[in-house]
Amino acid sequence: MDPQQKNPLRDFAPQLERTSIQGYAWIAFLLGVIGLGFYAFMDQVLNGHIVTGMRDNVVWGVYIVNFIFFMGVSYAGALISGTLHLFKTAWRKPVIRMAEFITVISLLIGPCFILLCIGRLDRLPYLILFGRIQSPITWDVIAISTDIFGCFIFLYLAILRDLATLRDYELLQLPKWRKKIYKTLALGYTGTPEQQERLNRATDIMATMVIAIAIIVYSVLAWIFSVTLQPGWHSTIFGPYFVIAAVYSGSAVLIISMWVFRKVYHLEEYITKKHFVSVGVIMLVLAAFFGYFTFSDYLTKWYGSEKNDELLIQLLFKKFYWPFIISNYVGVLLPLIVVGIARFRTIRNITLTAVVVVIALWLNRYIIVVPTLESPYLPIQDARPEWLNYSATWVEWSLTATGVAVFCLLFTLASKFITIVPVSGIEGEGKKEDVLI
Amino acid sequence: MEEELNKNQKNSRRQFLKKGLIAGAGVAIGSGLIAAYVDATATETGEKVKVLTTDGEIMEVDKGLLKLPRVSREESHHGIPGRKFVMVIDLGKCKNARKCVEACQKGHHLPKSQEFMKVYLLQDSEKTSPYWFPKPCFHCDNPLCVSVCPVGATYKRSDGIVLIDNERCIGCKFCMTGCPYSTRVFAWKHYKEFEDDKEPYSPEAGSPGKEGTVSKCDFCPDLIRVGKIPYCAAACPMGVIYFGDVDEDTVTNGTETFQFSKLISDRAGYRYLETLGTRPCVYYLPPVERQFEVDRGFNNLDPVIQERYKDTPYSKKNKK
Repeated sequence: MDPQQKNPLRDFAPQLERTSIQGYAWIAFLLGVIGLGFYAFMDQVLNGHIVTGMRDNVVWGVYIVNFIFFMGVSYAGALISGTLHLFKTAWRKPVIRMAEFITVISLLIGPCFILLCIGRLDRLPYLILFGRIQSPITWDVIAISTDIFGCFIFLYLAILRDLATLRDYELLQLPKWRKKIYKTLALGYTGTPEQQERLNRATDIMATMVIAIAIIVYSVLAWIFSVTLQPGWHSTIFGPYFVIAAVYSGSAVLIISMWVFRKVYHLEEYITKKHFVSVGVIMLVLAAFFGYFTFSDYLTKWYGSEKNDELLIQLLFKKFYWPFIISNYVGVLLPLIVVGIARFRTIRNITLTAVVVVIALWLNRYIIVVPTLESPYLPIQDARPEWLNYSATWVEWSLTATGVAVFCLLFTLASKFITIVPVSGIEGEGKKEDVLI
Repeated sequence: MEEELNKNQKNSRRQFLKKGLIAGAGVAIGSGLIAAYVDATATETGEKVKVLTTDGEIMEVDKGLLKLPRVSREESHHGIPGRKFVMVIDLGKCKNARKCVEACQKGHHLPKSQEFMKVYLLQDSEKTSPYWFPKPCFHCDNPLCVSVCPVGATYKRSDGIVLIDNERCIGCKFCMTGCPYSTRVFAWKHYKEFEDDKEPYSPEAGSPGKEGTVSKCDFCPDLIRVGKIPYCAAACPMGVIYFGDVDEDTVTNGTETFQFSKLISDRAGYRYLETLGTRPCVYYLPPVERQFEVDRGFNNLDPVIQERYKDTPYSKKNKK
């Protein structure tokens, strides 16, 4: 047999070569959502932040929630892919690239949401020009830019072998310019023992770095809240709590993307129940940790009952009852039950649980941000309803949808550029499962 | 009171006048200061104003010549040398007349929706008495808003004033979440009132406001520079708000002048939410020996303003 025929790429080439009508429709839909978001954005730029639901008390709303959410998903991707890589987990191969993509893509989207919160986008360069190292926002600027840099390098190192494989696979039916891109990006990697060793070492170093950076960045993000004196935010547990919540949300997003790509690209042979259960177990462990941190945080606030903590907890159990229950009860218990009990442990159940977890964690950030701002030390005394209670406007929701759409679009495009499952290192006649799983 | 003042601080009072703070309810500035702040291009209006010179003499100058000085952004970073400002608010006298709010809004060219001075109806607990609580910026000596600002747009000066440079502010609103007293306001859009101010922007004037940036009570350093007390203090018909200097140990509401330290110790002055450690420069005198019933505060209120207090425990109890 022709060696080119044996190349595992032959299974994956179609997803790079062709896009189905549904695929184009999907991309067109996403572009539509993004277009609406652009319109909303222009509305905000031209008419001011008055078009949002934010006012003088609740100065941060859904934008900050999305910021925390996407950054969380991102760091989670980094932590999961980094850890799986370092521990040389046997089953990691079919899912690790998704985790890496999730990291980089959500890392590009997250900071955009904090920009939407900024009243004077024209003065953005001031963050660098007049940056003050005393401000946690400056810590964030430094940490996030380091993280973006680190995660891009990590992703690049991880796909380098595949870029070389794509370059060398002659049967690939792609336009010349795309092959040229593969050739350039592959940096002349041919897989000599020396190259292999260097690449492995670099990847190991970056995997370690990415884990460390991810923990730092997410802690810094938590400190933006906890350094203030606001009831509910001024908590020492916030750093580790945010890190755990982040990894937790990331594991859920990973499960959802595994399910989607498995269906769309027919990867049933590669991504099996074993993978769902493995990532599901990670999710279960994180759910337990997350529940523990949440309980610990609210127990101390409730038991000691400082006046303002008490007011906050009252608000959480009245006005924010359902978000509170979904995020802190359902979001914690559901994975424990579904993944914990063998009978419920199916691909469909695990995926559905992951969807609930993602929603729960988004709500978790919402009830961290909004209720605190609605219960300041001095009671809000205002006659204007929008000043009293925050409710996001269509502009904010539309830009939120845009964030999700950009995430899906970039993920789709990335999967068109390089195979969603790493193909290098699985050459040969052996059964796929032996090599992969 | 007058006697006591004369006895205690004859020297201090002279110094006080020399430094050109306040004497009398009207405008009072030193003759040297007039020269410094008279705008050469200003036209005479024919309307004369009485002012007090450093020598204690009263003289008349044209109102048009008394344009408020606007120092540059750079200059506004440095405090007025040798000063440390303080405010004392006597809660026993406040009846929610809202003149402080209105004068402040007019002076700073603010729309109705932006209040640097806010008047709350507070009640510390169920059994305690409700009281009106005017709240400016506390100009904390340990200001969290200043600590968290990523671009140095808000700063603490040597004279104790915390200012905002609206040409530096990027509008991230971190200072607004940092401030535990809900003091800061955001320009959610461009308000037409901002355009009323034709003068060049100065952080000391806090005007004209700028869309997408944060602003707040600034203790009116532009007024202080010409020896006036802030808009709110001058406008209050009850003389609730006293303004002065800690180092000179004097505060005045325009008609009465007190020794600051004695006032605070005699009347059990306190700072709001002292436990937070922000070290405010605004002191409150407890609401004792009231001059007015709390309910007087609801008289002649704009219905929209009245609406604000309907959810307070006091109003709810009254309804029952």
